[in-house]
Amino acid sequence: MKANNSLGLIFFPAFDWAISPAHPEREERLLYTQDQLFEEGVEDIEGINFFNPSVARPADVQRVHFAYPDVDSIVSESHYIAAGGVMRALDAVMSKETDKAFAMVRPPGHHAQRVTYGDRGFCIINIEAVGLEYIRQKHPDLRVAIIDTDCHHGDGTQDIYWNDPDTLFISFHQDGRTLYPGTGDMSELGGPGAYGYNLNIPLPPNTGDEGFLHVLDNVVLPVLDDYKPDLIINSAGQDNHYTDPLTNMNFSAQGYALLNEKLNPDVAVLEGGYSIEGALPYVNLGIVLAMAGLDYSAVREPDYHEAKWRQSQRVTRQVEEISRQVLKNWENRKKLAEEEFRGLRKVTLPRQVYYDTAGIMETQRQEFTICGDCPGVNVIHSVNDRGASLIGVQIPRQACPSCQREGYRLFEEAAKAGVKRRFLQDRSNDQYFAS
Amino acid sequence: MILAIDMGGTHIDSVLVRQGELVKFVKHEVQRNDLFGSIWHCLQDLLQDQDKNEISRIHLSTTVCTNAIVEGKVSKVGVILQSGPGINWDFGNLGDNLHFLSGSTDHRGVVAEDFDPDDLEAIKKSFQQNAVESLAIISKFSPRNPETEKEIMSFFADAYSEITLGHSLSGKLNYPRRMQTAYLNAAVANTFRTFARNMLTALKQENITAPIYILKADGGTVDLGSALKRPVETILSGPAASYTGISALFPAENEDAVLLDIGGTTTDIFILADGIPLFEPVGIEIDHRKTLVRAVYSVSIGLGGDSYIRADEGEIRIGPERRGPAVAYGGEVLTPTDALVYLGLMSGKYPQKAEMAIASFASELNMDTEACAAQIVTQFSESILRKIDDILERVNKNPVYTIKELLHGQQITPRSIKVIGGPAQALAGALYEASGLEVTFPKNYEIANAVGAALAKPTTEISLYANTERRILSIPELDIYESIDRSFNQAEAENIALRAVERAGAAMGLSADQLDSEITESSSFNMVRGFMGRERNIRVRAQIRPGLLYDFQPTRERGKDESE
Ligand SMILES: [Zn+2]
Ligand SMILES: [Zn+2]
Repeated sequence: MKANNSLGLIFFPAFDWAISPAHPEREERLLYTQDQLFEEGVEDIEGINFFNPSVARPADVQRVHFAYPDVDSIVSESHYIAAGGVMRALDAVMSKETDKAFAMVRPPGHHAQRVTYGDRGFCIINIEAVGLEYIRQKHPDLRVAIIDTDCHHGDGTQDIYWNDPDTLFISFHQDGRTLYPGTGDMSELGGPGAYGYNLNIPLPPNTGDEGFLHVLDNVVLPVLDDYKPDLIINSAGQDNHYTDPLTNMNFSAQGYALLNEKLNPDVAVLEGGYSIEGALPYVNLGIVLAMAGLDYSAVREPDYHEAKWRQSQRVTRQVEEISRQVLKNWENRKKLAEEEFRGLRKVTLPRQVYYDTAGIMETQRQEFTICGDCPGVNVIHSVNDRGASLIGVQIPRQACPSCQREGYRLFEEAAKAGVKRRFLQDRSNDQYFAS
Repeated sequence: MILAIDMGGTHIDSVLVRQGELVKFVKHEVQRNDLFGSIWHCLQDLLQDQDKNEISRIHLSTTVCTNAIVEGKVSKVGVILQSGPGINWDFGNLGDNLHFLSGSTDHRGVVAEDFDPDDLEAIKKSFQQNAVESLAIISKFSPRNPETEKEIMSFFADAYSEITLGHSLSGKLNYPRRMQTAYLNAAVANTFRTFARNMLTALKQENITAPIYILKADGGTVDLGSALKRPVETILSGPAASYTGISALFPAENEDAVLLDIGGTTTDIFILADGIPLFEPVGIEIDHRKTLVRAVYSVSIGLGGDSYIRADEGEIRIGPERRGPAVAYGGEVLTPTDALVYLGLMSGKYPQKAEMAIASFASELNMDTEACAAQIVTQFSESILRKIDDILERVNKNPVYTIKELLHGQQITPRSIKVIGGPAQALAGALYEASGLEVTFPKNYEIANAVGAALAKPTTEISLYANTERRILSIPELDIYESIDRSFNQAEAENIALRAVERAGAAMGLSADQLDSEITESSSFNMVRGFMGRERNIRVRAQIRPGLLYDFQPTRERGKDESE
């Protein structure tokens, strides 16, 4: 058997690491996936190759995060390796070592935001973003689309790419009014430098295969056709599965495989998904086959009955309505941005962020400078209920010379603000400062 | 005294070894159409002046199964597969008598759906109409739960005596390989049985009653009784015999090293990590079929002492073809051996002819004769070393699954190269030049394969799986399926695995001090299921360490007149 697309599998189950012994993010999580992949003989398919992950360095994390108090204090080996898995996947694809790559790594990352004090939704650092910003150092002009198919809103990835027009972020997830982390409304469209490049598709509970594929066909694919990214990354969380213990959706292994065939991502990254016996073995296998361009028609959960998990007409109508609205937002993004930001020189975004795993409450204010020549400098002021405080200044990759100067000035100015830590992320020169 | 016979493609070697000391060595040519006769003549030659009562065991490295598979001279196999959901593999090379059963078992070993027993009647009729000779029955995830395979077998037991069940061959999870391995096992079962019967009859006529052991591709041996059940394990034991032979001829050292066997047409490369050979990650490949048969990892490259040398656009090209022997040994075309003979590194029958061949080749390339010969030798050594580098790069990238292995895993960095074969001594200098590593070679390399066959130890590997939630324990290789209680833990599992592998070793004739059992992999996973508390999923692999029955002491010169 030969893969139609060569596929690099960065399969790293981290069999010797858990958040804690009974935590869903424990050693056992990918054990049954490994059993299934081995028993199916995936390693013997010509064109599918197993790669070990790279190991991210603190500098790779600094490129994305304001880590408090510093990277090494909160990031463990397992996180460096999970992010390194994504780096390896992107390296393999960009160097044409393989057509596509799937980083089946743990722990996940899509809840980790720019400021990180610790663990949120099992994530400490955003592994997709660390990987992507790493590969952008080698390929600076990449236009990238991240499609987050995890059941939870990818609020971390949204925060990181909020103001970056070269990174289109689309998340579909169970409606935030019914599930952690609560965000992900359609109205969250992005910062002034990238308004409309952040698309949320909140779906009603009990959405089934039909609904997910409707969103794909009627929103995601048309938007991608329009945006024309150089690279598509699928944040492939598997908790939309009908057996997932933490969520209420009805997606199947067949559905996930079909979605990946149609989406045709260059790189997929495992995110959440904690039905480790009933879903992951089959969903992962389905995604592997779909990405490799192989027949997945016989992949199915032993207990799957299509009729049982079919969505209701009511759900169908809701999904159709949401899809129409999101597509309209995309098509009208320029006009909407003009209305939203007309006459403004700066946009301020106050937020509260709760770290469920670490039990930390953060209060922050993000300030986005509006610049006609680039996405503009932005600053985060953050304090948390443990007494931490920081100011983080970001100079975007695409920054114009005056915004570059402005960034350094703001970093100097922050010294007088009396915060415990201040950070400067100069992505335009790949330089990072903290004090 | 151990009697060993090593059957290669062209030669058959036999030796007598007493407590690690070589007693006698005999080499014959193989008559390909009469393998049994070839063995027999060689044996008679070996034993004509020996006391047969002294023979305590017979070790046989045989190509009967390998040849049967490669030449397609196999039994007609009826194959029954229960694939269930998953990848649609191509089953094209499993013959015409292939049937699929409904139903499936999942990764936990839970039967998700039963097969339809009514289908079996029709399958049996079809097998009988088509004169099927042996059966292979394979179900996905059968090592986790063999019941389906066993139930199907019981339906056919009255009609067939040669039935291979997938789970009995290996505890490793890989359904397509299990399918191919079971098919091959069933395909060669009759061939091997006939061979074994002839062998036993002939030995009996000679009043030799010592137990017979067959060499396997993992460098170990297996007793004849087990080999009759799993004849597929006897395939491709040639490279393993040569590996064992090389390791017998060199003092044991616990270091990373490269072993080379430089033959006429090819060079075989083996890699040692801490003195232990690398194995094929899953199993060996034969006849374009990937199997679960455990094998010493060896890579064969088309470069040998007799490789054909010619010029190609002003460049020297060596191999991979062989066009007869070296000029120095009466051949027609230039070979690396001729270059070595010309440079005085090796002796030849016709050194002048070798010199003439090199000189004319050198003038073709406008080169000085000596420079040309040196260039050939350098190129030859460098090609071998490049291949070694490729292999090391690949094996050092083998997938790992724990943080400890990824961050602190040992990379293999060879400290020495150990070489056998005709040009070994002559090439040692060039290999050293090219690698900077210590290069050593033994005397009497000709005896390596037969000595390897004689000293190889019975080996076996088992996989234990235990799940306290389902309260099951299994060791598929020994057909052990038992229930455990909820308190069962990793230490108990390791203990059971060691005792089980030791029992298997003892059954194959190993004494207590030869067992050398070890745990090769062991893990225990917390299973958290609702509020029911913690359960454990335990996986342990244990083996009888491959190795030598005795240290080899080449104190006697080989020769027919040296017997006692
Ligand atoms: Zn999730
Ligand atoms: Zn600017």
